[in-house]
Amino acid sequence: MKKEDRLEAKNPIEGFLRMDRIPHIWCPGCGIGTVVTSFAEALKKSKIDLDKLSVVSGIGCTGRVAGYVKLDSFHTTHGRAVPFATGLKLANPELKVVVFSGDGDIVGIGGNHFIHAARRNMDILIICVNNFNYAMTGGQVAATTPIGANASTAPYGNFEFPFSLPYLAEASGATYVARWTALHLRRVAKSIQEALDKRGFSFIEVITPCVTLYARRNRLGDGLNLLKYYYEKSEIQHGADTRTLDISFQGKLIVGKFVDKEKPTFLDAMNQHMTKILGDKYVRYGE
Amino acid sequence: MKADPKGVLTGSHYLDGDYAIAEGGLAAGCRFFAGYPITPSTETAERFAERIPSVGGVFIQMEDELGSIAAMIGASWGGKKPMTVTSGPGFSLMMENIGLACMMETPLVIANVQRGGPSTGLPTLTGQQDMMQVRWGSHGDYQIIALSPDSPQECFDLTVEAFNLSEIYRVPVFVMTDECVGHMHEKVVIPPAEEIEVVERKWYEGPKENYFPYKADKDGIPFMVKAGDGYRFHTTGLTHDERGYPVINAECQNKTIPRLSDKIKDNADKIIMIDEDETDTAEVIVISYGITSRVAIRAVRLAREAGIKVGTLRLKTVWPFPEKRIRQLSKKIKAFVVPEINYGQVVLEVERCAAGKAPAIHVPHMGGWVHDPNDIFQVIKEAAK
Repeated sequence: MKKEDRLEAKNPIEGFLRMDRIPHIWCPGCGIGTVVTSFAEALKKSKIDLDKLSVVSGIGCTGRVAGYVKLDSFHTTHGRAVPFATGLKLANPELKVVVFSGDGDIVGIGGNHFIHAARRNMDILIICVNNFNYAMTGGQVAATTPIGANASTAPYGNFEFPFSLPYLAEASGATYVARWTALHLRRVAKSIQEALDKRGFSFIEVITPCVTLYARRNRLGDGLNLLKYYYEKSEIQHGADTRTLDISFQGKLIVGKFVDKEKPTFLDAMNQHMTKILGDKYVRYGE
Repeated sequence: MKADPKGVLTGSHYLDGDYAIAEGGLAAGCRFFAGYPITPSTETAERFAERIPSVGGVFIQMEDELGSIAAMIGASWGGKKPMTVTSGPGFSLMMENIGLACMMETPLVIANVQRGGPSTGLPTLTGQQDMMQVRWGSHGDYQIIALSPDSPQECFDLTVEAFNLSEIYRVPVFVMTDECVGHMHEKVVIPPAEEIEVVERKWYEGPKENYFPYKADKDGIPFMVKAGDGYRFHTTGLTHDERGYPVINAECQNKTIPRLSDKIKDNADKIIMIDEDETDTAEVIVISYGITSRVAIRAVRLAREAGIKVGTLRLKTVWPFPEKRIRQLSKKIKAFVVPEINYGQVVLEVERCAAGKAPAIHVPHMGGWVHDPNDIFQVIKEAAK
């Protein structure tokens, strides 16, 4: 077979991928690739100069996204994608910086950085793929695992209260908060596009099946079934109060865009404040 | 190239070591500081926060030291020269991402104003107990550069040097001072900008398709680009090939990882700065660094008054270690005397290099204060017998 006839050479988003790194490591039926597709669709439609777009990932299955997208991309350490992105954005404010990582990375080990970046209204977009468990290491219980769900380190089922990510994001100061399931392809893409056009701390949670671990251990069928299940169990409620978005085991998923507001970013606030206090002595930054 | 005058506070000042570190950073072109308050280093962050608004740059107080070092690595890839300052507990928290900075070959500067440890230890009192941690603290094999100033003036000078070395070798460089030097006020002369040499990063300027982020140049150090320049490069903490792509096997590990150490090892002669006094005629040589080298001056004077032929070797660069010089000296002296404010760290390296040719006698101090010069003198006296 000639190289150009091979299936992967015809990938519709190949312009956005490092094709020399494909095939990827994700399991068949995993939702992460679907979210990457939505991301690529959003980039296609957006007017952003891709040379000025950086992707930062942490560690984990979703942490591998940085390695596949054909952009300036940084595969950092576990939990530290958000502060890395903070430094990158502040060093060069003309960059658009997207953190693409999993729930364990962003709100488990990296939770402290997440709330502080939101508090500062750091101008970055976080795409958080939530598969309800630590998948790369073999399906351990996470800060997002619903009560009752089984995990390798919760072999009798999880009894810890999980985080509701949109609630956490809004309470911490995020200016854009949305949640979708991976099968809401176009809605995920639209949310990403909206968030990219926005200045401020944006957070998009995407619920995806982890077929090999979470689904198998909890007997939830194959990836496609679960992808559909999440989709069918979801109910769009734009503007829903984020206090009402808890996720129960295989229960209803409230999705939609919950928060979309304006607030000065960290750099806006810094420039405004310092100019007010120091006047001409202040050298305005990044404008 | 010459320093950007905007950051250079030319003149004669009365500063403590912590402030001098901040001024050194600003003079060297540091325009990004991410830090977290910790005694006895906080004054550096305070000074930077006060000065940067009129220079043009960013100061951000992060949520912890994990965040500080991660933000610095990000900022470095965004094109800035970043720095932070910390002390023992914060230094421990930074260890993982110091490894990431080494793996990604990211220039940055960390000052550690050492205090007594372990754990919370002596927050307000001096120590030199992180000298092995700076060398070995993150997991895996790598080498870093560590400098040790003994005065506020040297805090300024060596911080400028730290930035230059960091940019040349694409490696984290450490300014390993201590509470005494950090809080000691002395005259610091900051020269005019045109007299301060600063090194520009080794930027890549060739065609985009020929750029490999980890292809070593002749000197063992790859060229760098920054985010936003259109190279669409990838970098990772995983073992990687020249493209920066992860390759998880022994072959790639054996190809990639030695270079992280060799680029420092092979250039050690260029990096190492030591001050020697009367080592050619000495029977005993006192090896010291930081505040201890100033205390040792008194001990050496007492020994010379007692007729002992004693020389001194002061480590301005502690890592890489001047092993060749120690080996040479070990062949013609009776002993090395190594006072340090710890329970035996750099002395182990002296012992290794001396390789049995001359004993390396440690003069320990557990921290909280400096040595009594008389204690060092007594050891010199014994060693000279």
